[in-house]
Amino acid sequence: MKTTRRDFIKISGTMLGTAATMGVAFDWATGSVTHEAFPISTHTTRTPTYCEVCFWKCAGWVTKNDQGDIWKIEGHEADPHCNGRLCPRGTGGVGMYYDNDRLKHPMIRVEEGGKQVFKKASWDEAFEVIAGKMKAIAQEYGPECVALFTHGSGGKFLGHMLKAYGSPHITAPSFAQCRGPREVAFYATYGEGVLSPERTDIRDTRCLVLIGSHLGENMHNGQVQEMSQAIDKGAAIITVDPRFSTAASKSKYWLPIKPATDLALLLAWMNVLINEGWYDKAYVEKHTYGFEQLKSHVQSYTPEWAYGMTTIEPKIIRDTAKEMANASPAVIIHPGRHVTWYGDDTQRLRAVAILNALLGSWGRRGGFYNPERISIPDFPHPPYPTPKRSYLDALEGKYSLATEVISNGICEVTTPAPGRDCNIKGWIVNGTNLIHTLPDQKATLEAIDALEILVVIDTMPMEITGYADVILPECTYLERYDAIRNSPHREPVISLRMPAVAPKYDSKPGWWIAKQLGVVLGLEKYFAFRDIEEVLDWQLQQVGSSLEEMKKIGVKKFKREYNDLYLAEEQEFEFNTNTGKIELYSTEMARAGFDPLPRYTEHEQPPAGYYRLNYGRSPVHTFSRTANNENLVDVVPENDLWVNPKVAKQWGLENGQYVWLKNQDNITTDFPIKVRITERIRWDSVYMVHGFGHAAKKLSRAFGKGASDTQMISHVKTDPVMGGTGMRSNFVTFLQEEPSREEVTS
Amino acid sequence: MRYAMAIDTKKCVGCSDCVIACQLENQVPVGYCREWIVESVSGTYPHLALEFRSERCHHCAKPPCVRCCPTGASHVEEGGVVLVEPGQCIGCGACIASCPYDARYPHPEGYVDKCTFCIHRVREGKQPACVSVCPTHCLYFGDLDDPNSEVSRKVAERKHKRLKTEAGTDPQLYFLT
Repeated sequence: MKTTRRDFIKISGTMLGTAATMGVAFDWATGSVTHEAFPISTHTTRTPTYCEVCFWKCAGWVTKNDQGDIWKIEGHEADPHCNGRLCPRGTGGVGMYYDNDRLKHPMIRVEEGGKQVFKKASWDEAFEVIAGKMKAIAQEYGPECVALFTHGSGGKFLGHMLKAYGSPHITAPSFAQCRGPREVAFYATYGEGVLSPERTDIRDTRCLVLIGSHLGENMHNGQVQEMSQAIDKGAAIITVDPRFSTAASKSKYWLPIKPATDLALLLAWMNVLINEGWYDKAYVEKHTYGFEQLKSHVQSYTPEWAYGMTTIEPKIIRDTAKEMANASPAVIIHPGRHVTWYGDDTQRLRAVAILNALLGSWGRRGGFYNPERISIPDFPHPPYPTPKRSYLDALEGKYSLATEVISNGICEVTTPAPGRDCNIKGWIVNGTNLIHTLPDQKATLEAIDALEILVVIDTMPMEITGYADVILPECTYLERYDAIRNSPHREPVISLRMPAVAPKYDSKPGWWIAKQLGVVLGLEKYFAFRDIEEVLDWQLQQVGSSLEEMKKIGVKKFKREYNDLYLAEEQEFEFNTNTGKIELYSTEMARAGFDPLPRYTEHEQPPAGYYRLNYGRSPVHTFSRTANNENLVDVVPENDLWVNPKVAKQWGLENGQYVWLKNQDNITTDFPIKVRITERIRWDSVYMVHGFGHAAKKLSRAFGKGASDTQMISHVKTDPVMGGTGMRSNFVTFLQEEPSREEVTS
Repeated sequence: MRYAMAIDTKKCVGCSDCVIACQLENQVPVGYCREWIVESVSGTYPHLALEFRSERCHHCAKPPCVRCCPTGASHVEEGGVVLVEPGQCIGCGACIASCPYDARYPHPEGYVDKCTFCIHRVREGKQPACVSVCPTHCLYFGDLDDPNSEVSRKVAERKHKRLKTEAGTDPQLYFLT
């Protein structure tokens, strides 16, 4: 994996000027101070924060030890995201702060003796380089040719800087690599998205249906807590998954579906609900559009037909449909979160949305509630310049229903193509390790190779930093302020993140980086504030609070403005769709040239000797960002490869044996992965947790641990509706000997 | 007073939050732990069952580790909590060998360490760290001698099992099944 112009540079130890001072602050963690049998808990200082280990952003309290350094982080009792209980990653977030491998000072790519290396730089030097390039790009190509990839809280401020500079191209992998199809499908159906945190009323549901969503392994905290409450109250869980997931083991029904056939099951459920008359007739009549079209559309999708596709017996399909109908409207066909699987994902999620409508669960207790959040004004700034071009111009009308900027679309228009007007020339990448985030690594590297500047702002020396021209070390969330967390929830709620300790090394918060860079770019009028405390206090004053108050309470709840958590039975309601109704038949999809009703498409199955690569989450890790966190690695140090015993026998694989993987495009994994022989997986697929197999040597705990699923995902099925990258059509086989390579990745 | 813990295996998702919260609360060195998760799978695809258990010291009413300790470092405190006094422990490891649950480990500083039921928190009226962090609320801690305590009610109402009772230890972790 090499690019021509841009060599991957390993951030080597000798360049880390502050290395000598590393690791003196947390002796207790290595056991070298006198042990207190009962830790002294006379702590008087605790500061509020919200977590940055994942997107759920639970509010918590950081407690310091008697040495004044961070001891532990606990959930905030008043926060509905966590109800006083952080998940394992949030609890272990401490490890991000103490990580010795952190980026410590700015670095600039220079050429020395014909070799590209990183040179330690001051912040001023780094800003000069970035601003110089950005000004040149704005002059030569237009400011629209710089894009920001962000998956962290600092992105809010960097986004402001980029908009002030004149570019609309701010993107997050959370759309086209994750929840995008779900948002687009629900917009098409209900005129509203599912949002984050999801508006699922799990705590009061009587039937929770999970389609490949493995709650409990993905620790989306509030949802996992509510699933547990639902179990306590005796709710029926139906889990559709080729793998016996944790959720499957808690379920009344586990449907071990043949991979890639979920849409057949969803259509058959519609067929049963409609033909048996088990749908919510009054709700459908009052609120929906296109029922007759839907009814005739699903006639051929019988349970008997679906059996042939899914391997789920017709009786089970009928029984589970009845189970849902009995619970209606307190039933949730869960929309999932990471849903970019097969390239027809918007259609599959449309089927999920339609099923919920048939069962009358949208806007009903135990189904989907209507969340509310308060409005917090932006700190006053001049209007942004109007961008003259969009990357969409270069995509010639593709992905027309995308509601956010498509990360792989930005990648696509960065790679030069003849006759293309708008080529992206510069990337700023914040808090997302694109090498492990975007599928089809070859395409990512081609795009990177075409860039005139790549700026990476991160806390850790992730793979992406190796391709950067300038690296800026961001401090961790425990050392900084960020924007107010303003969540849509049952009640509006806000949360403050403030620094518990000063930033380690020469790292800086995202807001400071954005402001300083903005000033060097000549955009100081957009940053007319002294520091972020002034901004936060002004914003909080507008909503009847203050920074002083929030520092004390951390979380503040507000009364709902509207009494509409659920749809009122006797009230007319106009949905935000073309027809004002819930669109079973989507006029918006039809207008854009897509199937207005979801149609079953058969997907390819693995060739002989190959297995579908399924991937998922560990409760202890987030994406690829936690694989070096000491506290989390202590529990789960690497991923393993789940293999059915029949398959293992055929290949002569043993439990605990390390194998390399090769995919359908003859790509092999950099590192071997440990085989876990388990009955919990079907014989036609293998499974691993995403985010391991790091090739960046400076990640001392993560380097070479486990295999990277992203590396195996070279075949991407792009969703024509919104540009999502379907990643579950890759097939792998086992190599018991290390493959010979012509080229070794660093 | 008899402190005990009930663990609801129907709700536990095996996330290890208890393990990590314990390590941080009690400053357990990285690489060691006072509690752990057991994942137990039975059956063949697709007829499967899976149980997660959050396990730790069973704070046995008849603790073999206390009986075999030559220095008295292993002892029983209020509510039947089994503790080790680091200053009195010579690190001989007899207790580690005697524990049927493998609940003790040799601390790198030369004494034996184990779960304390977070007695330092309990004395302040708080729950043990593992109990108060658990996202699924599957851990219940309290006084089994008080019939109105949550742990008593859970043990009374629910089917449950204890582990290795044949060892004669009278363990005080109750796994709700």
